[in-house]
Amino acid sequence: MRSDRASLGLKIAAVAGLLFLHLPILLIFVYAFTTEDTSYQWPPPGLTLQWFGVTWNRPDVWEALSLSLRVAAISTAIALVLGTLCAAAVARSRFFGRETISLLVILPIALPGVITGISLRSAFNLAEIPFSFWTIVAGHATFCVVVVYNNAVARFRRTSGSLIEASMDLGANYFQTFRLVILPNIATALLAGGMLAFALSFDEVIVTTFTSGQQQTLPIWMLEELVRPRQRPVTNVVAMVVVLVTAVPILIAYYLTRGTDTVAGQGK
Amino acid sequence: MGPVAQVSDALWRRPRVLLLLLLLPPLLWLGIVYLGSLFALLAQSFFSIDEFSGLINYEFTLRTYGELFRAANLDIILRTLAMATSVTIAAAIVAFPIAYYAARYARGRWKALFYLGIMLPLWSSYLVKVYAWKLILAREGILNWLFETLHLDWLLAAYLSIPVLGGNSLSVSWTGTFLVFLYVWLPFMILPIQAALERIPPSLLEAAGDLGADRGQTLRYVILPLALPGIVAGSIFTFSLTLGDYIVPQIIGTSARMIGQAVYQFQGTAGNIPLAAAFAVVPIVIMGIYLTVARRMGAFNAL
Amino acid sequence: MAPAISFEGVTRQFGQVRAVDDLTLDIAEGEFFAMLGPSGSGKTTSLRLVAGFERPTKGHVRIFGQDATATPPYRRPVNTVFQDYALFPHLNVRDNVAFGLRVAGVPKPARHRAAEAALEMVKLPGYADRKPSELSGGQRQRVALARALVNQPKVLLLDEPLGALDLKLREQMQEELKTLQRSLGITFVFVTHDQGEALSMADRVAVFNEGRIQQVGTPVEVYDRPATPFVADFVGSSNVLPAALVARLTGQHHPASLRPERIRIGATGLAATVAGASFLGAATRLFVEADGARMSVLLPKGAHVPDTGATVHLDWDEGALHMMTGVQDG
Repeated sequence: MRSDRASLGLKIAAVAGLLFLHLPILLIFVYAFTTEDTSYQWPPPGLTLQWFGVTWNRPDVWEALSLSLRVAAISTAIALVLGTLCAAAVARSRFFGRETISLLVILPIALPGVITGISLRSAFNLAEIPFSFWTIVAGHATFCVVVVYNNAVARFRRTSGSLIEASMDLGANYFQTFRLVILPNIATALLAGGMLAFALSFDEVIVTTFTSGQQQTLPIWMLEELVRPRQRPVTNVVAMVVVLVTAVPILIAYYLTRGTDTVAGQGK
Repeated sequence: MGPVAQVSDALWRRPRVLLLLLLLPPLLWLGIVYLGSLFALLAQSFFSIDEFSGLINYEFTLRTYGELFRAANLDIILRTLAMATSVTIAAAIVAFPIAYYAARYARGRWKALFYLGIMLPLWSSYLVKVYAWKLILAREGILNWLFETLHLDWLLAAYLSIPVLGGNSLSVSWTGTFLVFLYVWLPFMILPIQAALERIPPSLLEAAGDLGADRGQTLRYVILPLALPGIVAGSIFTFSLTLGDYIVPQIIGTSARMIGQAVYQFQGTAGNIPLAAAFAVVPIVIMGIYLTVARRMGAFNAL
Repeated sequence: MAPAISFEGVTRQFGQVRAVDDLTLDIAEGEFFAMLGPSGSGKTTSLRLVAGFERPTKGHVRIFGQDATATPPYRRPVNTVFQDYALFPHLNVRDNVAFGLRVAGVPKPARHRAAEAALEMVKLPGYADRKPSELSGGQRQRVALARALVNQPKVLLLDEPLGALDLKLREQMQEELKTLQRSLGITFVFVTHDQGEALSMADRVAVFNEGRIQQVGTPVEVYDRPATPFVADFVGSSNVLPAALVARLTGQHHPASLRPERIRIGATGLAATVAGASFLGAATRLFVEADGARMSVLLPKGAHVPDTGATVHLDWDEGALHMMTGVQDG
């Protein structure tokens, strides 16, 4: 079977499927250059670069972008700590409730975002915590943990358990073992997990609508534009930039884990 | 002996303490902040709302759950289920050839290309993907243009006149919502199927051929049964994600609501947290049943 | 002087399974000691109890007389050569070997010198800059050895260190390890499932089965005078004669071991039927059945091989039949 060729029908179906996945995104790239500014007219009546300049001078876009980047950075940092701790505990010891821990980590992403969002919102209300930068971070960190956790657990499993024993046998205490043996061996997996967590947070909209107050992350800004379009060409440009920006951490994560673990895309 | 070394010694003597220290921060966060909020919300589904004052009546009742069975609310649930089911089936059909080709035939550079070709759309912005379809399905957009250019606009018009599936235009039709869901969740179906197919040893297919099975028979009797856990695993994602989504149907589709929208509106504009909570329980229960069945079929090994 | 290692009634339980069951054993300083047994017999767990990777459920492990119960692995004067070598993949050979000195705070130039010297000792000079992944199995084994020895441990623990090597390399390493142990004069505790390896290298051997020690003694003692049928069978696959047959032959009601190479085919003796033969190259192994007991007889090259089904008489020198009066478990 492996030696023979794929049938024509299979080839067509596979290529058509891939085109279906990619053409809509490429379409956005074309719209970013259109001269038409009130409708979604196709084909574009003309092409221009002027909207890039207009977008560049929009303070609301910059504010949203900066907020999104800050939220993603802090959430990723929290997720890295929590996810690594959890993975270390689950990978290194057999204890009662291991399965429960894995389930608990996956739950925030397995349940529909709307449920996670409302839960957190009503909890913040009950606790009389005002909505702020930190409430957004709290929501994001919660569902980012799983991505780091998945990557770290996979790497821990592949790393020989006797490495830690060897390190302690040679005289390194727990802290030296962590710094000199564990960290260097899981670093790329953590970096990959961190990249994916960053991309996930940068893109998140559903939970964010519930945990943000007046502040707009970039996805919230886009959602506003989708529901109540104000200046369509600016939205087109922002959409294109978002695609390009999110592709970077994904590609980095892919090259970091290539040939080792599969990138834990199912974590999303 | 330094203080750090002393701590290390103490941890070695009490391994349970070490485990506890590792688990404490994530457990505090996920167990208390997250699960706490989740249960607080679900608890509210056992309260009811006072119809006159609009205030929450903090007494245990099943009345709110009873409201789910009112015709309008039941409609929302059934409509969502129908959508999730159709999206899942369609996704499996579209995903299978891609996954099959990637797992069996793509080699070397092509393999990497296929992999990235699935990963990049998976991870690229959800909103941007929805937005792309707003552009595609718009009345002046590329799809209508395509039909007109090919002189097939009569076909589109005929399709749009079908009662439930059609509508004024694709962007405000059930079909539009369906297409966008299919598009945004498709990668989640491809990856697990591909993983399941890659675990089939090629010798198995050779054995099937050796025993006289043709391509179709090999597919039906060998490949499909072995790929099934992957399909079920993928369907967990497509089904669950469709059940809870409220943004896609809000931007593209008819005015008829889905569960996610109902939850969103009841807690927001309507201020009826108990009913929103009761609605939130619906996807949780459905997914609970779904996951139990899926576990029996061995789908978790394909995740 | 206190023994290098002593187990005092040590039990290690995993759930319901007793991996090590009430073990009491002393290993003297400077000894080359082998722990021999099939997989799951508790030999590796015993070694890990000394290293500190496992803790006793009951009893005490003493290292040079000191109770090690509360001593973490990194404070014990022992070092381990792991079965899978456990070389740090992110460090080159030099840094692997110098790891112990690094965490002990030895300055860089000194620890690098020591690492090079240790590599010299295991006949691997010039490999310091390679990564473990660039080495062969035998070379990794030598690096693991150098990495343990550079810390000048008082006891070296070796967990099936030759298991992954091919036969020729294994024989060469056996010789080298023995020489190394003599020149360093430290205690080696060597875990293996290969009886040939244990007999040829060790000063003393402990035979393990199901978490218990069956016999401790010199290789000659264990081979010639097995304490239990298990030892007789596991070490050199001796014939185990059931007690009833032994009683008829000698009047003593004990199972007895009889080495195949000590049996002769003669005109008189125990009557047996030939069940088959297999050619081994230097000798021929004859399978016979006497009084319902299956036995094997090693015939020297050139000896007459009787046909299958023929009746033969088995004869042996007095003293070849060894009564097994030791305790038998299971």
